Amino acid sequence: MAQAQSAFNSQLKKYYTFYTGGFIAFLIFLAIGEQMGMTPKWIGYVFLFATIGLYAGIGFMSRTADVAEFYVAGRRVPAFFNGMATGADWMSAASFIGMAGTLYLTGYSGLAFVLGWTGGYCLVALFLAPYLRKFGQFTIPDFLGARFGGHIPRLIGVLAAIICSFTYVIAQIYGVGIITARFTGLEFGIGVFVGLGGILVCSFLGGMRAVTWTQVAQYVILIIAYMIPPVWLSMKQTGIPIPQAVYGYQLQKVTALEKEFNDPTTDKGKKEAEVRKILKDRSAVADAKLKDLPKAYADGKSTLEQNLAGLKASNGSPEQTQQAEEALAKYPKDVDAAKAAWTKEKAVGARGDPVLAHATAFAGKDEKASSIARNNFLALILCLMVGTAALPHILMRYYTTPSVKAARQSVFWSLFFIFLLYFTAPALAVLVKFEVYNNLVGTSFAALPAWVSNWAKVDPTLMSITDLNKDGLIQLAEIVIGGDLIVLATPEIAGLPYVISGLVAAGGLAAALSTADGLLLTISNAISHDLYYKMIDPHATTTKRITISKVLLLLVAVTAAYVTSLKPGDILFLVGAAFSLAASGFFPALVCGVFWRRANKWGAITGMLGGLGVCMYYMYTTYPFFGGVPANQWFNIAPISAGIFGIPAGFIGLILGSLLTPAPAKDIQELVDHVRYPNLEGDIVTQGS
Amino acid sequence: MQLSEKHHQYWHKNLTVTAILLAIWFIVTFVIGYFARELSGITILGFPLPFYMGAQGSLIIYVAIIWYYAHYMNKLDIEYGVHEGEEK
Repeated sequence: MAQAQSAFNSQLKKYYTFYTGGFIAFLIFLAIGEQMGMTPKWIGYVFLFATIGLYAGIGFMSRTADVAEFYVAGRRVPAFFNGMATGADWMSAASFIGMAGTLYLTGYSGLAFVLGWTGGYCLVALFLAPYLRKFGQFTIPDFLGARFGGHIPRLIGVLAAIICSFTYVIAQIYGVGIITARFTGLEFGIGVFVGLGGILVCSFLGGMRAVTWTQVAQYVILIIAYMIPPVWLSMKQTGIPIPQAVYGYQLQKVTALEKEFNDPTTDKGKKEAEVRKILKDRSAVADAKLKDLPKAYADGKSTLEQNLAGLKASNGSPEQTQQAEEALAKYPKDVDAAKAAWTKEKAVGARGDPVLAHATAFAGKDEKASSIARNNFLALILCLMVGTAALPHILMRYYTTPSVKAARQSVFWSLFFIFLLYFTAPALAVLVKFEVYNNLVGTSFAALPAWVSNWAKVDPTLMSITDLNKDGLIQLAEIVIGGDLIVLATPEIAGLPYVISGLVAAGGLAAALSTADGLLLTISNAISHDLYYKMIDPHATTTKRITISKVLLLLVAVTAAYVTSLKPGDILFLVGAAFSLAASGFFPALVCGVFWRRANKWGAITGMLGGLGVCMYYMYTTYPFFGGVPANQWFNIAPISAGIFGIPAGFIGLILGSLLTPAPAKDIQELVDHVRYPNLEGDIVTQGS
Repeated sequence: MQLSEKHHQYWHKNLTVTAILLAIWFIVTFVIGYFARELSGITILGFPLPFYMGAQGSLIIYVAIIWYYAHYMNKLDIEYGVHEGEEK
């Protein structure tokens, strides 16, 4: 066996080295194609269909009808490759495209995501992965069911797994739609279904086995795509191709420029102050009109109408009349429209605020605001970390390693591969910021760099730029940048050929698809394995179990795509909510299941329901989407960090519930010993095959 | 299945190393985060210290924590005879 495993390992290394080489050759081939006149649109199509075809091909080759292969990839995925697969499973569209943008826009506070989404693996390693591997069944509800006994803990586990995975999968499919739409010109809805096809061929045919080997391939693409632009940009700015090592000095330059922009006695500061005043004035006018509704609306309209009538009566020039007509046509249709338009106008005042200091922690107007920022920063980190250690699609991956030893090593490789990207994102944000502050600000509108005008044309929410003070030069306050631009536009900012832009899009697609694969599998397994096989029909044949799993996969995927096409609310909040829910629902029960022998069925039930309940209640009363108001917040904690209250509630519920009811039976205590020791004499066997 | 004194020692050592590593994790994440404003005067590689820790330092320590735990426990398994057989 050991020999077979090591032969398998070296064979895998050979395959994936060959694959990586092939992928690089493919890039070079496309680059040559571009030189010879291949259009960007075609490059976009080639990337989209070549990569999705590749994933489908791997899925087809890994097709299987064996239960252990379908649910846990035969439990022979080496630590190193499981690490890569976990990396791709973990890093979603939000990590790949969104994170560097968040860091660009929010500076130090954005580091909460970097810390939260890496540090959580310490909890996975120390509290969960080795023990779950020893337990060795198929799903996370399996563990809850066996450890706490009875169907109720398992059922709550199934529900919690479905709720958090489904919220999270919607965010992924949304990402797939956006990327395909932007880089190929396909419509959003069609983009969603093309991507979905790629996801399905893979997980449908081969379950976990196909998903694992595809995720390894996707990791290779996404990491190459993420690394090339910052390396090139760093080379361009500093002459050294290691962005992570040199951006501290670029950050110092950015900080110096921030000071200049905020100081009206310098040349740049004076210009900025001019523009900021214009913005503040516009905001003040809008604010005054808002306070005077509906009178301000009627007044504004009649002024325009009188103006037009006056021009017509006095035979004004045709241009003047036309301008007055256009002004009237542009005027809001009714009071509600006026309210919306003026509220938006009022918000431009925020652009007139001093530039945020990138490196400064918890900027706030006073001590109190700054402390609130700090508390939210720490609360968000905790929720993201504990959520990481409780999301079923990640924990499930540690069932696939050959041994407990390999599971421990595999967590190390997982974080190592995730670390490569998370270590680079803050560097990328600073390098792009330097480019904007140093090179873009101060150039003339007549000589806009190509990337600025391109992106302003493609999508004004990502890049828009107007000469507010009519001096013909760009000031920082005149630029509006959307977070997603940072990663997508870096290849052009760095002056790389279009092939690299296509590569970045393919990388984002790989990140979104790989995460969606893992999540869909988690949902369908929770229903087919836990709900159907374990609770409804324990005598089902393996063929029947796998068929049901496949049908469910299809149903869940189509439902998720349908929900996504409705474009529901705030994606970032959905992602955050998934983490808080998982943290409050699963973490206390899983950790106490291993570390506290006395934890029992009723404790688990009260703990899980209590944690989920508090978390959901807090979101419901504080998040505007559900009709909540910020005034309901406890200690000024934002609704995204609801887990900060849910996690303690979960632990307290579990401890009280357990202590008030009898200790668990002897066989359950034996199960606890069983998972604690990798190998015991006379041990029970729980591993499913 | 009867646990011997040796088994209890093994579990105790596991708990000790887990607690120590968790304390390090807590300090580099939450203690440094809590005092970020006070620590921002210190500069490292051009960064203010709290920014450096958030963007690089803590991440390196996390990777090291997990590596050390895997290394330590895999050795401890063998020392206490609870390691998995060759067939796995």
